[in-house]
Amino acid sequence: MNTLQIAWRNFQQRSLASILTTLSLALGVALTVAVLSVYGIVKDAFERNASVGYNLVVGPKGSPLQLTLNSVYYLSQPIENLPYTQYMEFMTKEQRAEQVRRFGGPAELAEREGAYSAYIRGGFAIPLALGDFFGPFRVVGTTPDFFELLRYGPDVDQPFEIAEGRFFEEHSDQYGYFEAVVGSRVAQEMNVGVGDEFFPTHGDPTGHGHDLGFTIVGVMKPTGTPNDRVAIVNLEGFYLMGGHAKPIDEEDLSEEEKAALAEAETAEAEDGEAGGAAKFKPLMIRQREVTSILVRTGNPLFGPQIQNVVNEDIYAQAAAPVLEINKLMNLIVVPLLTALMVITVITCVVAAVGILVSIYNSMSDRRRDIAVMRALGARRDTVTTVILLESLLIAVIGGVSGWLLAHGAIWLAGGYIEAQTGIRPGLFSTSQYELVILPLVLALAALAGLLPAMVAYRTDVTKNLSA
Amino acid sequence: MNSGALLRIRDLKKTFAQPGGGRLTVLEVPQFELAAGEQAVLIGRSGGGKTTLLHLIAGLTSPDEGSIRVGDIELTGLSESGRDRYRAATLGYVFQTFNLLPGFSALENVRLGMSFASGRHDIQRARELLDRVGLAERADYRPSQLSVGQQQRVAIARALASRPRLLLADEPTANVDPASQQQVIDLIRETCRDEQVALLLVTHTMDVADQFDRVENLADINLAFKAAAGMTH
Ligand SMILES: Nc1ncnc2c1ncn2[C@@H]1O[C@H](COP(=O)(O)OP(=O)(O)OP(=O)(O)O)[C@@H](O)[C@H]1O
Ligand SMILES: [Mg+2]
Repeated sequence: MNTLQIAWRNFQQRSLASILTTLSLALGVALTVAVLSVYGIVKDAFERNASVGYNLVVGPKGSPLQLTLNSVYYLSQPIENLPYTQYMEFMTKEQRAEQVRRFGGPAELAEREGAYSAYIRGGFAIPLALGDFFGPFRVVGTTPDFFELLRYGPDVDQPFEIAEGRFFEEHSDQYGYFEAVVGSRVAQEMNVGVGDEFFPTHGDPTGHGHDLGFTIVGVMKPTGTPNDRVAIVNLEGFYLMGGHAKPIDEEDLSEEEKAALAEAETAEAEDGEAGGAAKFKPLMIRQREVTSILVRTGNPLFGPQIQNVVNEDIYAQAAAPVLEINKLMNLIVVPLLTALMVITVITCVVAAVGILVSIYNSMSDRRRDIAVMRALGARRDTVTTVILLESLLIAVIGGVSGWLLAHGAIWLAGGYIEAQTGIRPGLFSTSQYELVILPLVLALAALAGLLPAMVAYRTDVTKNLSA
Repeated sequence: MNSGALLRIRDLKKTFAQPGGGRLTVLEVPQFELAAGEQAVLIGRSGGGKTTLLHLIAGLTSPDEGSIRVGDIELTGLSESGRDRYRAATLGYVFQTFNLLPGFSALENVRLGMSFASGRHDIQRARELLDRVGLAERADYRPSQLSVGQQQRVAIARALASRPRLLLADEPTANVDPASQQQVIDLIRETCRDEQVALLLVTHTMDVADQFDRVENLADINLAFKAAAGMTH
């Protein structure tokens, strides 16, 4: 029999004590691994989602963190809106002229370059309109640019892909402005697919419903980002929903704008009778608002510059999402998890002390066994190794089962974690922090086994033989 | 090794510290020898130093003076781990209290007897020995599931597992019921004879001692005993 077999027999011989000690270690390890995993998941989730392909989010003045949470993660309380003209500041003169022509608005808007347009040459600015819900999921109004220009993934090079159907168009013959694309989880949990129509609710998940519906034309492939959990609708359709047009003072309007407004109202009235969406006319520029604008500067170095310029504006602010998320991590998440870590490490140390006490207590019963083995020719270091191995056995069994326990629990809680972070952990998705756990536990157990092993080492053979 | 003695003790002296101070000389043996394959019984009064002598021959304690040679190994010249190796390879020991490990099956206890010598992990040998002592069917029993006599038979098998050249047996029948006594003695003597193992057996039972050709009374070979006896009488 080799030393490991002998150690295993010793473990079995005191099975109750061994199992209890192992269990306490397993619980300690499970706790540690769970905390580490959650830490890893939270950090990964934020970091993964913070590498979003844009470096700034522009929105109304207020908390930059809240702006980030809303625009990047679709979390937190909804925020105020910005005038559409703020979005137009990212456009060139030609683009602005095109907007005035298409939607109607003060002619002077078309007469100059957008104030920020130079910074985003080679980049993009994508408007978001938030505030509605589809079931528990956020509805995001945006333009087809969202799908065309945004990338995700670790290297921010993966375009969004469609699992079924297509991306929505600016205006289609089929559903006009009322097309939507839903994220994979939305499709799954709301049990909807291409061709289904849904009616966003206003303000919060339980708010009253809008009377206009969007038809789902596409379901996205899973991305592992918060975009799996949104319904993305055409911005134009979003504007046309009741209550989304910004009230305007008719006195301020130019003659052309008044005419356009009247035309739109008749179109809407007729449409209500006809029951089709095709005749809707997009809102005028004055009636439009955006919640935030995702901005990628042409050159990353422009980021701080444009941020300063935007922040001088009386309505708008620009936030750097990565920075905000890091602030949040460092301010709240890291200290919280550190505190948890300390507690769990203490738990592990207590479990290790348990190993020590358990084995040490059994040593008096075992002196005779040790003496017998010595009399059979076992060397001092052999009997010492046997005791050390026994505590290592407890460590390995406890460590592995604790790890499995934690990952089983995380896996079972996967749905909840995904709801909170947009990431679904696999059964064995391991954070790098965990990789140090097992060696650490083994070291701890070896340390715990050291004292009883010393007793074994010192056991006097002749004194303990005759007993 | 027929040319000389397997075990050769010269001018051996062993003292113990006394609780009241000073040292008590327990053994003072000018000469003692045992030939290879020879079987001898050692008798003597309680406290005379028989167990101490066996411990010395087993290298479990060290003498104050003198020499103990087993084969061509001089025990007093060995390091502790050297003596461990010597016990593992050359020596078998049967205890009065059997000293089986309670957590291990009969077979495993026998296997333990050869676990600490290098290159002797022959499980077949362990099975044969169990068969030899009539316990082949009890191989998987724990010591607590065996009768006292059966336990001592397992201990005998264990002592012989590593094919030692010398077997020390310290009152192997003291805890065994009278009916089993003869069986245990026969077993020890037969297996030692079959395996060419020299035997030094300590006993208090004259029935047992009378069966041996060579009977040594410790009182005759131990000067310390004579001195102590002379003083008290
Ligand atoms: N560790 C020790 N420290 C002090 N004295 C000891 C020690 N071990 C043995 N002795 C003493 O040595 C003497 C011999 O003891 P030993 O056990 O060898 O006797 P024994 O002949 O085996 O007796 P028994 O037949 O009763 O087993 C005893 O007087 C005992 O008190
Ligand atoms: Mg004795």
